[in-house]
Amino acid sequence: MEALFFNVDNGFLEGIVRGYKAGLLTQNQYSNLTQCETIEDFRTQLSATDYGNFLANESLPISTSTIADKATQVLVDQFNFLRSNAVAPLSKFFDYITYAYMIDNVILLITGTLHERNTQELLERCHPLGVFETLPALCVATNVEELYRTALVETPLAPYFRECFSASDLDDLNIEIIRNTLYKAYLEDFYEFCGTLGGPTAEVMQRILAFEADRRSINIAINSFGTELSKERRAELFPSIGRLFPAGNNALARADDVEQVRQACEGVAEYRAFFESGPGSRGRAQNGNDSQAYLLDDNADGLGDSSGAAELEDRFFAHEVHLNKLAFLQQFQYGVFYAYLKLKEQEIRSLTWIAECIAQDARDRIQDYIPTF
Amino acid sequence: MGVLTSYYTYGLPTFLVVVIGLYLLFTGSGEAFNVGRFLEETSPYAWAATGIGLCIGLSVLGAGWGIFITGSSILGGGVRAPRIGTKNLISIIFCEVVAIYGVIIGIVYSSKITNVPETELYTRENYFTGYALFWGGLTVGACNLLCGVCVGITGSTAALADAADPDLFVKILVVEVFGSIMGLFGLIVGLLMISQANEFSAGGTVSAAPAVASHFVHRYVDL
Repeated sequence: MEALFFNVDNGFLEGIVRGYKAGLLTQNQYSNLTQCETIEDFRTQLSATDYGNFLANESLPISTSTIADKATQVLVDQFNFLRSNAVAPLSKFFDYITYAYMIDNVILLITGTLHERNTQELLERCHPLGVFETLPALCVATNVEELYRTALVETPLAPYFRECFSASDLDDLNIEIIRNTLYKAYLEDFYEFCGTLGGPTAEVMQRILAFEADRRSINIAINSFGTELSKERRAELFPSIGRLFPAGNNALARADDVEQVRQACEGVAEYRAFFESGPGSRGRAQNGNDSQAYLLDDNADGLGDSSGAAELEDRFFAHEVHLNKLAFLQQFQYGVFYAYLKLKEQEIRSLTWIAECIAQDARDRIQDYIPTF
Repeated sequence: MGVLTSYYTYGLPTFLVVVIGLYLLFTGSGEAFNVGRFLEETSPYAWAATGIGLCIGLSVLGAGWGIFITGSSILGGGVRAPRIGTKNLISIIFCEVVAIYGVIIGIVYSSKITNVPETELYTRENYFTGYALFWGGLTVGACNLLCGVCVGITGSTAALADAADPDLFVKILVVEVFGSIMGLFGLIVGLLMISQANEFSAGGTVSAAPAVASHFVHRYVDL
């Protein structure tokens, strides 16, 4: 039924976003980019793609952060174009997408303030999609109550903040708890919103968001080993959606090491592969240490080996890319907008990785990017 | 759906129908609801004209619906791949054809309508012509409405697929062609349905007046 009325409001934008998607770098272009000897070559190769001359006005030498910034700017311009042409409920959907960036910005600012960084510098590093008016005011806050009253009460994040008041003063652990509580509330809210949209939008988006929730749960569990975060608090941070919920989440909350995390994920066939070493492990694992046993290791230090964590993260990204690509297989739904944004972000990460490898002459690791199409 | 919405959608109409039905029953005018009399007293012209109207109206609705579904996708997809614009006009034409089916049937049907004095209108043949035109028109209209929607959705997919990969265009176009043939089925059946129906003609003396004269209908000829 959605096909009957979807195009009234969103047909044009869907066409546009599918056009944008056709401009994502292909495997061929990636392999050309990895052949580049210098950043200058890299720029020439990129100018043949949809990026065009976005680096034309930069003076040499171009730093990788400039490339990332400029590429993000391209994405932000596209997003803003879509957003300004959208009508409800698609505009609401776009708003929901930006909330995730707002949360990141809030956390970035309060962490930076805690460590007494320069406010101006912090504001420049904020993601442009998550900027809101009262953002600079965050820097003056010293506790959660104040943070809420001065800056956040008028933002869309305010309802998500309700859960955070148990943590009173801002230290590193509390900020991490605030971040995860906010994300939990946000994901649950977004999930529910997508449910109200119904039809294929709900189907596609809830699949993506469920994975996002599970990924966060697993990350929280792994990162909380050996910290002062109690198991009860940990359980509270897990989003109550996703494919691991509720049995897997309970097991994650009780887990003491990576082996138990792996067992908690046994129930979902797709997630089992994340913890298997073997065909899935590419480049990064090959550099040096025995990543074969990195996650199956029963040692107390668990993920002390950082390459293991990095590889797990890579597999999460690869699976996310896979889910986002699936979103394009269905027409007449909002999932494509979200999926495009995420794929483009992944592409920017890959570009930055390749540029970084070229700049530092680390050619053996240049293949470790995550391709999109 | 909230309780109120459900009530206004289902509850209120049912309630009104029950109230009106009971009112008619208890005030002794229950016979005012009389399907047989309604069918006999309604002028065959009314049936014929409604049929033609439904035929062309629903066909144009289907075509228009299809065109906007396809059109908005072509516009969006054409931003990055301008080449799809000309090729995908075929989808628009397929939708438009659906409206043309409706026009053809409308013209064929309206040729059955001639001027017959009312006293000589209510004959077997004229009743048949009226019903044939009504149901034929409804058949063609419904077929074309759904056909137009079908072609429109396929056309929109064809446009986006063509923008992503030009090889897909012909493949999806085949699907679209088969979709548009369904409108042709409606057209054929619509023609067959009236093949036995004659033009409206004066019935002579066989039955010059409707079988039942109702006091709910003013018949000036009887006066």
